[in-house]
Amino acid sequence: MADISIRDVRKAYGKDEVVHGVSLDIRNGEFVVILGPSGCGKSTLLRMIAGLEAITSGEIAIAGKVVNELEPRHRGCAMVFQNYALYPHMSVADNIGYALKVAGMNKADRLEKVTRVAGSVGLGEFLDRKPGQLSGGQRQRVAMARAIIREPKVFLFDEPLSNLDAKLRTQMRHEIRRIHNRIKATSVFVTHDQHEGMTLADRMVIMNKGTIEQVGTPEDVYLHPASTYVAGFIGSPAMNFLSGRITEAQRAVLIDGGARLAITPEAARGHDGLRVQVGLRPEQIGLAQPGQPGMTAAFDFAEELGSARLYHFLHDGQPVTVHSDQKVDFTVGQDVTLAIPEASVHLFDATTTRSLTADTALQARAAARLHVA
Amino acid sequence: MIERTPVLNVLTHVILLSGLVLLMGPLWIAFVAATHDMRTVNSPPVELWPGPYLFDNIREAWAISDFGRKFLNTFYVSVGVVAGKIVIACITAFSIVFFNYRGRMVVFWLVFITLMLPLEVRIVPTYAVAANALQPFQFIADWTGISWLWAQITGGALSMEWNLLNSYTGLILPLVATATGTFLYRQFFMTIPDELVEAARMDGAGPVRFLIDVLIPLSRTNMAALATIMFVYSWNQYLWPILIITDRANYGMVAVELRTLIPNQLTTGGGAPTWHLAMAATLLIMIPPILVVIFMQRWFVRGLINTDK
Repeated sequence: MADISIRDVRKAYGKDEVVHGVSLDIRNGEFVVILGPSGCGKSTLLRMIAGLEAITSGEIAIAGKVVNELEPRHRGCAMVFQNYALYPHMSVADNIGYALKVAGMNKADRLEKVTRVAGSVGLGEFLDRKPGQLSGGQRQRVAMARAIIREPKVFLFDEPLSNLDAKLRTQMRHEIRRIHNRIKATSVFVTHDQHEGMTLADRMVIMNKGTIEQVGTPEDVYLHPASTYVAGFIGSPAMNFLSGRITEAQRAVLIDGGARLAITPEAARGHDGLRVQVGLRPEQIGLAQPGQPGMTAAFDFAEELGSARLYHFLHDGQPVTVHSDQKVDFTVGQDVTLAIPEASVHLFDATTTRSLTADTALQARAAARLHVA
Repeated sequence: MIERTPVLNVLTHVILLSGLVLLMGPLWIAFVAATHDMRTVNSPPVELWPGPYLFDNIREAWAISDFGRKFLNTFYVSVGVVAGKIVIACITAFSIVFFNYRGRMVVFWLVFITLMLPLEVRIVPTYAVAANALQPFQFIADWTGISWLWAQITGGALSMEWNLLNSYTGLILPLVATATGTFLYRQFFMTIPDELVEAARMDGAGPVRFLIDVLIPLSRTNMAALATIMFVYSWNQYLWPILIITDRANYGMVAVELRTLIPNQLTTGGGAPTWHLAMAATLLIMIPPILVVIFMQRWFVRGLINTDK
């Protein structure tokens, strides 16, 4: 049993605070991905869990036990580093077995265990090699094996895939997920790659400038981003943002530049006259059929993706991207009508940048999940 | 860029060859002198080709100076100095690089400043300390009144004494501290990535295990380079031994002994100018450092140029 509980944790270097009061609960066996741009404090948070970085204030508990003052080796965590951090002078077997050697396990048991773990990550025939003689993917496997062999309560990953090429990255991602399904240890995975985060996570934590913006399943986060920051960070191509104002009477939002988009009554209620950022996912809006109402925008250019096309439009100078599998050739400057379903309109308060609708929608989803369970 | 022009080729080879002659010429003359008898060596013109008496000369020089004993002495001292320097440099650099404590930089700069104070500069105070290594403590005790207190309580005077003169300890200890070595190690340790340190911490290795299991194996080439330089340095020690060793029969070092073979008014007392013996002894004394350099060369060059990682 190893859930992790993080209570109002702060980290400051001198006067410079980089993590501002983060609280988070990670359940036993869960795979949590902490996602954010570089410098958002995600690695610092991970390193505080690992014990490599002192906690300025707040509390971290692993399996119910506060670990603030514990040395890394007493926390029961294993970590996979970005640059693998293998011992260059030791063979693969010695690298994997080093923690056991330090713990005082005898040579025969150690070798048996190393062989088994190495076999499980496909390193069986490389045990005598030095890290220098391995490829990037193999080194990554050694780093994984080194973590697995300790049978830790908690797995920590610090951007472990960012030094691999794209193909290998996908492959290792699958492998990490498989390993997790097999050993079911609580895992915390730090990355700046939203794709990695979406595909690996049971739950995602999106961080920005030392605070948590949103915590939720990948689907929650994608469908109901809690702030413009999350909305812009998750999803590829990125969400379109247009500024506008809500009119409750018309149950609509008036986009600067003239367009009028219908919105749901819940979204409109009590927000008359509010300045908002309107978020539109490129894949949720489409090209309108003739006669269908929508927002007009001037065609700028298109990008061919093979299975679909990315159309770039301008609405009163504000760019709007549409991801559509319809293939239509427009001329530059041509006015095109875009179909925008009311459920696909994300509204964010222009001053606070928080979503007007995400909270209620997420609560509804959570309730539904509970009901199903 | 490499240019290939005949004129430059000739010129560079002339420079190379003259360098070789400058370097090897004296050695050749020493070698030739060691192979002749006294009369040939001392009669002009200077002989340029070897004669038949090399081994006779070596045997005679060996017997006169009791080199067997001196070689062993020098070997002990050199090995002691090399081992001491490596251990001290390694531990000092380990502390400076991997531990975060107040005064870390002060320690580093104190070590660094000693680069400007080689043994030759501080030889008088060093001799004073070697004569009684506990003298600084005696001084402190006298000054703080502890000596007085001691005298009151025990009735006897407090006197601390540890004489290093005429001992291997005295020959080794004052030479063991090394700023160069500490610096070399520091530079190497700074190239160790932080992640490696952290990985070891996660694996449960404390500082001492990390030093033994990771840092020392990784710094083998550094160690070889340092050992080579320092072996040659301490093999050739002259000033320090001549100062603190009066019991030359038991603690003499080769360089000092060689000096007594070189003819001048003091050693020969106007007697025979035995240059052939001096040169034979010179050749002998050169052999161990040359062997060490040849043996360590591969490691040595790699350790100074870069680290294989």
